[in-house]
Amino acid sequence: MHNLVLATKVGMTQIFDEDGVVQPVTVLQVGPCSVELVRTADRDGYDAVQMSIARGGKVVGRKESRINPAEKEYAPGDTVGAHFVEAGGKIDVIGTSKGRGTSGVMKRHNFAGQRASHGVKKVHRHPGSTGMSADPARVIKGTKMAGRYGNSQVTVRNLRVVKFDPESGALAVRGAVPGPNGGLVVVRKSVEP
Amino acid sequence: MRNELFDVIEGGSLREEPLKFAIGDTVDVHCRIQEGNKERIQIFSGVVIARRGTGISESFTVRRIVAGEGVERIFPLHTPKIAKLEVKRHARVRRAKLYYLRDRVGKATRLTERRPKKGEAET
Repeated sequence: MHNLVLATKVGMTQIFDEDGVVQPVTVLQVGPCSVELVRTADRDGYDAVQMSIARGGKVVGRKESRINPAEKEYAPGDTVGAHFVEAGGKIDVIGTSKGRGTSGVMKRHNFAGQRASHGVKKVHRHPGSTGMSADPARVIKGTKMAGRYGNSQVTVRNLRVVKFDPESGALAVRGAVPGPNGGLVVVRKSVEP
Repeated sequence: MRNELFDVIEGGSLREEPLKFAIGDTVDVHCRIQEGNKERIQIFSGVVIARRGTGISESFTVRRIVAGEGVERIFPLHTPKIAKLEVKRHARVRRAKLYYLRDRVGKATRLTERRPKKGEAET
């Protein structure tokens, strides 16, 4: 069986649980996902089902999910659902984070910056030193610096499903999900047991 | 534009009967308190000094004086923990947020009583 489906992020809200405690939830619209292509080991070297999600009549995303062909037959045009999602269960959500453009080290890497006073001049949000002295006389590769931040794939694991309505595709998970409202996300069966 | 899926998710969490009260009202809030396995009702009475937010995240603030110290409690409007809300007294107020009461003590915190407006619950 496929272990992921496509969804779009609707936005955040809150609901009350049985104990009357407020739960912050992100609402996702799951599917409808239709099978575009079925990959077979004979032809493609692996078994998978490629699904697409449409919004307003336009396909906005595609994704392949590995399958075991012995378990279930898929054919192009089929609609696939989120059979692995149930209230109280855990899922992973993969999305693309909001792009933040060129950002300094404080925003991008959570550096502490420098002091507001005591002689600090015009470098309050600077990184400070990036390395040692004449030895090694270079900056070590991978040193955290300013640069493009965001617009990258982010996976949030073990999100708790608070509510799921398969009919409308409305899915509420506890906590935040990467990306802007309306953004495309992948809802995956939790990889951790 | 609000997505209709919010209604699917929030449905069931929203209060069916809206709580009727106005800013400046003196109210008794009947809160459900869980003690072990027993549930009992505790009453918090005071003046409604603010109401904020919309939809499911709407909340209101009740202020009272306990042992000479001002105590404010913020209740989510739709919380199932409020069993009942009784309006004890209406007051004539001219603002939506009565934060000025925080700077006042004793007699200065009194609000002029008013008769309920048409359509408001008689207490």
